[in-house]
Amino acid sequence: MTDTRYTKEHEWIRVDEEAATVGITDYAQSQLGDIVFVEVPDAGKAISKGGEAAVVESVKAASEVYAPVSGTVTEGNAGLGDAPDTVNSDPTGDGWFFKMTLSDTAELDSLMDQSAYDAYLKEIDA
Amino acid sequence: MTEYSNIETTSGNRGLSFEEPLIFELDSQDSSAVDLDPPSHDMDRLGGLRRRLPVGLPGLSEPEVVRHYTRLSQKNYSIDSGFYPLGSCTMKHNPRLNEKMARLPGLGDIHPFQPESTVQGAYKLMDTLATWLKELTGLPAVALSPAAGAHGELCGIMAIRAAHQAAGNDDRKVVLVPESAHGTNPATAAICGYSVESIPGNGNGRVDVDALTTRLGPDVAAVMITNPNTCGLFENEAKAIADAVHAAGAYFYMDGANFNAIVGRVTLSELGVDAMHINLHKTFSTPHGGGGPGAGPTVLSEALAPFAPLPFLVHDANGLRMVEHSGDKDAPQSFGRMKGYHGQFGVFVRALAYMMSLGIDGLRQASGDAVLNANYLRVRLSEELTPSYDGICMHEALFDDRFLKDTGVSTLDFAKSMIDEGFHPPTMYFPLVVHGALLMEPTETESKATLDQYCETVLALARKAKSGGMAEEFASSPQLTPRRRLDETQAARKPILRWKPEPLKHAAE
Repeated sequence: MTDTRYTKEHEWIRVDEEAATVGITDYAQSQLGDIVFVEVPDAGKAISKGGEAAVVESVKAASEVYAPVSGTVTEGNAGLGDAPDTVNSDPTGDGWFFKMTLSDTAELDSLMDQSAYDAYLKEIDA
Repeated sequence: MTEYSNIETTSGNRGLSFEEPLIFELDSQDSSAVDLDPPSHDMDRLGGLRRRLPVGLPGLSEPEVVRHYTRLSQKNYSIDSGFYPLGSCTMKHNPRLNEKMARLPGLGDIHPFQPESTVQGAYKLMDTLATWLKELTGLPAVALSPAAGAHGELCGIMAIRAAHQAAGNDDRKVVLVPESAHGTNPATAAICGYSVESIPGNGNGRVDVDALTTRLGPDVAAVMITNPNTCGLFENEAKAIADAVHAAGAYFYMDGANFNAIVGRVTLSELGVDAMHINLHKTFSTPHGGGGPGAGPTVLSEALAPFAPLPFLVHDANGLRMVEHSGDKDAPQSFGRMKGYHGQFGVFVRALAYMMSLGIDGLRQASGDAVLNANYLRVRLSEELTPSYDGICMHEALFDDRFLKDTGVSTLDFAKSMIDEGFHPPTMYFPLVVHGALLMEPTETESKATLDQYCETVLALARKAKSGGMAEEFASSPQLTPRRRLDETQAARKPILRWKPEPLKHAAE
């Protein structure tokens, strides 16, 4: 089964059994504006929950993308190198940042589900 | 107004605003600005190495060259042409006296390799500048050589690293940097091999002191704080922070880019500062904004002074002497050299001319007027804009985009519309800790008349945005400029960084 969870820093993580895909939310890309550069981690890199995992740069600002949970990167989205605008056009699809395996699936429980994230967006936009 | 802005001209020129191509595009190979006799072939000793292809330099007459560069200079916006309210930038007037001093033959026409005995006057000038900087900060040493602000940060963190290494503190691997610090601070720490940890703000635009002190420990090498910070606020707890940092065995780096707000009013040694860079090109009125050169002298505490970089001046029996090598008896612990020659000497001359012509009373008045001007903007603009934090600010006033809520106008649109009104926009979307930031630093340069004209314009634009249905008009600004909105995205994604000639036809043998 798949399950998508969200962080307060506007990353999403889609979990499919032991593997997961990570990206930034539609809200994040709309706040950043036109994205001009993305740096994704290499396969094999160990990342820990809350630590820096990737970098995204827009015409407005450069920001870090944090690891939603701990684990090991299995693949970075190489396609973003030439087409960083994919993150703007399809943030939750082709604009994914990296895939990873999870070292502790229990860490997912601390993240928001869809309805909690929607409520969070309403709160910060108020 | 809209109709006129839509007129297309045949030439591309608009009024007396010229459409100026690149100088290579003006090339005409039958033009030349010099008249030289053809070289005598008797002198040709190149043998088979004689160039076969054209050199590729553009051919222009002298009036064409003069017009080209004059027109380019007219496209430039500078503090000499108008108010320049960029925040975090300190764009102040550059007195012409500074330029006159820098061009004196004894200062302008010397060479770094001249014998020391012939440049004692230049050394005296550097020594006097160093004395002023030490007096103004209360710190006992200063490294003059850093070339600009971030280089000065690098100097400070390298001195801190050298001090830790000398003491055998190899376990200190972390530098703490609050959210309200300059972006170059974490970059500096990372370049020096430290891992950087961010410290959150406290909701009042300042460092969360509890979060900072909780994080301090035996792995922390230094804390870097920008003060006044990028929200334009004084870090009131700086002394408490410094005490906690020192108790934990770490050093306190203060980013002095915003020194203009506190010159002559705060003694940094009393705040517990171990190292701080001073941007001469911001605070002390040397030209800034044309890409430099800047200068970022870094003052150092007694604990860090022995590690100061080369070169530096010492007094000895023959006058002033430049200590240039790590083997010198006066530099047993220096971390080495970080710049060729002696630093940005021309900037030193200008900065000292500014200091000496203002005097300490004038410097105190300048910092006071800078703060007064920023607060004048903050209070007057609060009528329509939304200031991010309550209370008195320092040298710059910070607003966010709450005043544009539901208008459909973004901070970017608002800033662009200011250009049509003849004002350079303020810094926008920085600092990141507030949403849709507009950061304005008027400096002491501006008169009340200029500030009033600016405020009335900004207030009128804000009222216009709020009147409803204006989103499209704001989004289409600027309308009266030689170019409209530039495609920033394409410029970042697919920049064209150099002009390339048409492919050359093979030159005839």
